[in-house]
Amino acid sequence: MASDTGSIGILDRDYASSLESVDVAEADILGAAAEAGFGEDDQHGIGMAVRECMVNAVVHGNRYNKNKRVHVRVTRSASEFTIRILDQGEGFEAERVPDPLDETNILRHSGRGLFLMGAFMDDVKVQKASPSGTEVTMVKSFAPRG
Amino acid sequence: MSAKLNTREVGDVTVVDVSGRITLGEGSSAMRDTLRDLVAAGKKKVLLNLSDVTYIDSSGIGELVSGFTTVANAGGTLKLLGLTKRVKDLLQITKLYTVFDVHEEEAHAVRSFA
Repeated sequence: MASDTGSIGILDRDYASSLESVDVAEADILGAAAEAGFGEDDQHGIGMAVRECMVNAVVHGNRYNKNKRVHVRVTRSASEFTIRILDQGEGFEAERVPDPLDETNILRHSGRGLFLMGAFMDDVKVQKASPSGTEVTMVKSFAPRG
Repeated sequence: MSAKLNTREVGDVTVVDVSGRITLGEGSSAMRDTLRDLVAAGKKKVLLNLSDVTYIDSSGIGELVSGFTTVANAGGTLKLLGLTKRVKDLLQITKLYTVFDVHEEEAHAVRSFA
C-alpha cells in the first residue's frame, strides 16, 4: 500500500524471539531486496545488517523471551529500501557501545554488530521506542541508474 | 548449512577445515569447542582453513578473535588460510585482517609455523 510519502509497504511481520527467527527474517528480507532489484553484493550487505540487527533484538533486546516479539517492517520508495526492526526490550543507548575499531577493543569477542549494520547500510538510526524497546531503522539507497 | 569442522595433522601443524556458515548458534559454538579442545590437547600450531566458509557474522568474527587469543594465551599460534573475498572484506572493515597471519596456500602456511 502506498503511503503519503510515496513509500510502499513490502513486509510487515512479527517474529518470535528465537535464533530461528533471525534466519527467517533474513530470508524474508533478502527475498524482498532481490525483488526490489538489488544486486548480489548489496543483497549480501542487507542480509548481514538484518542478521546483526535481528540478533541484537532477539538476544540483547527481548532476551529470548517467548512473550516478546520482534516487529519488522520493510518499505520502499523510488530511491530507498527501508527496514525497521523493533524489539520489546529495555532499550539501549547506541552512543555507549564501545567503538570496535578502537585498538583497545579490537580483540573483544563481541560488540561489532551495530558497526557492521552501519558498514553495509547507507543510514542506520537507533531510537528508544515508546513505551519500551529499541527501534532500528536501516536504509539502503538504490544506485542511481546510468 | 551450519558450520562443519574437520581436524587433520600436517606435520606438527593442526589444520582445521571449516565449511558452511559461522553464525551465532551452532556454527560459532562448534568452532569455539573445537579450538578449546585443541588447546586442551596441547596443540600449539593451529591453521584454520576457511576456504569453504560461505558466510560469517559478527558472532563468527568474535569466535575467530577468541580462538586467536585462546591459542596465543596457551603459548601457541593460530593462523588463517583461504579467506573468501567476503570473509577477507569483513576482516578488513573490522580492522582484524592485520591481526591475523593470513595465507592463501596450505603448504606455505604450514611452513610458516616452522
